Amino acid sequence: MKRVGFESSFAIAEAVKMANIDVTSAYPITPQTHIVERIAQLIADGELDANYIPVESEHSAMSGCLGASAVGARTFTATAGQGLELMHEVLYVASAMRLPIVMAVCNRALSSPLSIWGDHSDVMAVRDTGWIQMFAENAQQAFDLTLCAFRIAEDPAVLLPTMVHIDGFHLSHVIESILLPEGDEVNKFLPKFRPLYALNPSKPLTMGDFTTPDLYTEAKKSQDEALRNSMKVILRAWREFGGLFGRDYFPVETYRAEDADVLLLTMGSFSEVAMGAIDRLREAGEKVGLVKLRLWRPFPFNAFCQAVAQAKLLIVLDRAISFGGPGPVCSEVKAALYHLEKKPQIIGFIGGLGGRDISVEGFQNMIHRGMEKAEQGKFEEVEIFGVRG
Amino acid sequence: METLGIYVPRLVTRRQSFAPGHRACSGCGEALAVMLVMKALGRNVIVAMSTGCMEIISSQLPYTSWEVPWIHTLFENSAIVASGIEAGMKALRRKGTSLPKTKVVAMGGDGATFDIGLGAISGAFERGHDFLYVCFDNEAYMNTGIQRSSATPFGASTTTQPAGKVSMGQSTWKKNMPAIAVAHDIPYVATASPSYPFDLMNKIKKAVAIEGPTYVHILSVCPTGWRIPTDMTIRSGRLAVETGVFPLYEVEDGKYTLNYDPPRLRPVEDYLKPQGRFRHLTPEMVKKIQQRVSAEYASLKEKAQ
Repeated sequence: MKRVGFESSFAIAEAVKMANIDVTSAYPITPQTHIVERIAQLIADGELDANYIPVESEHSAMSGCLGASAVGARTFTATAGQGLELMHEVLYVASAMRLPIVMAVCNRALSSPLSIWGDHSDVMAVRDTGWIQMFAENAQQAFDLTLCAFRIAEDPAVLLPTMVHIDGFHLSHVIESILLPEGDEVNKFLPKFRPLYALNPSKPLTMGDFTTPDLYTEAKKSQDEALRNSMKVILRAWREFGGLFGRDYFPVETYRAEDADVLLLTMGSFSEVAMGAIDRLREAGEKVGLVKLRLWRPFPFNAFCQAVAQAKLLIVLDRAISFGGPGPVCSEVKAALYHLEKKPQIIGFIGGLGGRDISVEGFQNMIHRGMEKAEQGKFEEVEIFGVRG
Repeated sequence: METLGIYVPRLVTRRQSFAPGHRACSGCGEALAVMLVMKALGRNVIVAMSTGCMEIISSQLPYTSWEVPWIHTLFENSAIVASGIEAGMKALRRKGTSLPKTKVVAMGGDGATFDIGLGAISGAFERGHDFLYVCFDNEAYMNTGIQRSSATPFGASTTTQPAGKVSMGQSTWKKNMPAIAVAHDIPYVATASPSYPFDLMNKIKKAVAIEGPTYVHILSVCPTGWRIPTDMTIRSGRLAVETGVFPLYEVEDGKYTLNYDPPRLRPVEDYLKPQGRFRHLTPEMVKKIQQRVSAEYASLKEKAQ
């Protein structure tokens, strides 16, 4: 292992290089460009032997991955915001056809008004596309989770495409110190991709049939079961990764949450800032803690319920708006907890939209404001944190 | 024509990888074209097909008409799925996986080719992937019920641009898709018709033998959408060629060759009259179409000199 200073985007490109992908099919979009530029340079310098298809749109970026993955090539792409939206319909096909494509998403706001900066509007719009989805908080995690994504996606018991989410700019463009493993260590963790099915004239297959109401439901049931069952493989892969490289990952992670009365829930890079706020409040004697949702799909129901059931109040930060409804993460966790007898009250905030930062003080205020609202019984109100006017 | 029945079974392989038993309408010119294309392609091929009639009629789970590896994903992306297949196989072969050198063929109807998938096709041509794109052009969105596309000819009545008291049907001229392909400077572009089966199969064989992107455009007569009797498919295809409405030509490295140049073109009326979609045309409109067809044919002939 060696320590290097890497921008998160380069860290992902490095993981892609170590995964020795065969094909990338990609289209430039801010803030994702550094990932694919770096991959293009690695290919140009002969450090990675892969074919780069410089496509004419994100719809084609994902479609090129479909074709390459269908012949058994290890395939990667990256996108953000509008790009993820343009490939939306293709995402469903990738998961339904069980093609283990890996994609990094540099989370970005959606137009209009045009914003190249980060939030989770793009993620939430692709929640139901059938992909495994996980969040990284820093450059090291971006590297680690990208490697893990190939291992998980290509497991014969899974065969599902996987997204690694990193916050646009807040994480994608941040340079951090990270530990890089050696090639043989990576090969131990990530074996060569051996597809169960591939397009090959020696054994013709029909992929992507059309179906009538007679079979569609059954096809979707088997897909849903595959995504739910991937949890076992995800846990195993992360456990093995921890054993080999000393960094452990869990679907739900907590920070100073053991005896906390009040918990804050965050996803992605904001979690690191939120930890700072928790530290300060703990120093002041407040029993607060942090819950970080690492795995977004499949949703870790059991782990999540266990992590929050003992708290009195759960404050949820959504970095996306569901116009006219509660925040998307907030409604998800409410549904997850509904059946429990002992469960925390829930206050939801929207914040961090279009790249607007939330500082350590901001998170302290959010927690206090959440406690205040809970006392006032304002559970239905969807408050946009730090908004003017 | 009369003697064709004697020769064809002897000259054309019986083996076909597009199996019968599919669900095409009777008299379907497109299914016939697919069959001929597949006979010409043989077995060492991977097909990526766009959503459309041929996909729907050939792949109903749990059945399939395809005896070669075949993939359908979406409507607008068969050219890029084919690009991915080609790039994937190239990379795998280069990195030591033992794979045969397989032809990659993308297929789509006129909606997939002229309209929704044009960007993806242009991208794949420009990037120079080694693949063949076959357009099965039946001149409207037949799969969804005869809606107009940019391949629909001037004056044709469709369900979204119908003829009516104040409408003459399609008010625009058919987009010249082969010319768009030629403009990409790809090594081979051809037009073909299942009414001329040998010409069609030869062009397909020629196209896949060439390294780089190639394009074959097949006029696929649709009795359902054109409103003609089902036994008129072959004859309509021949009339399209004999009137100059759909000339058979190929463009090799930019050089045009007219493959069939009758001594005298038949009047377009011979082609238009039997078709219900043109039933409402006035003599003035037929004249207008005749003028356009004559001019385009003359310009093509000039290019082929």
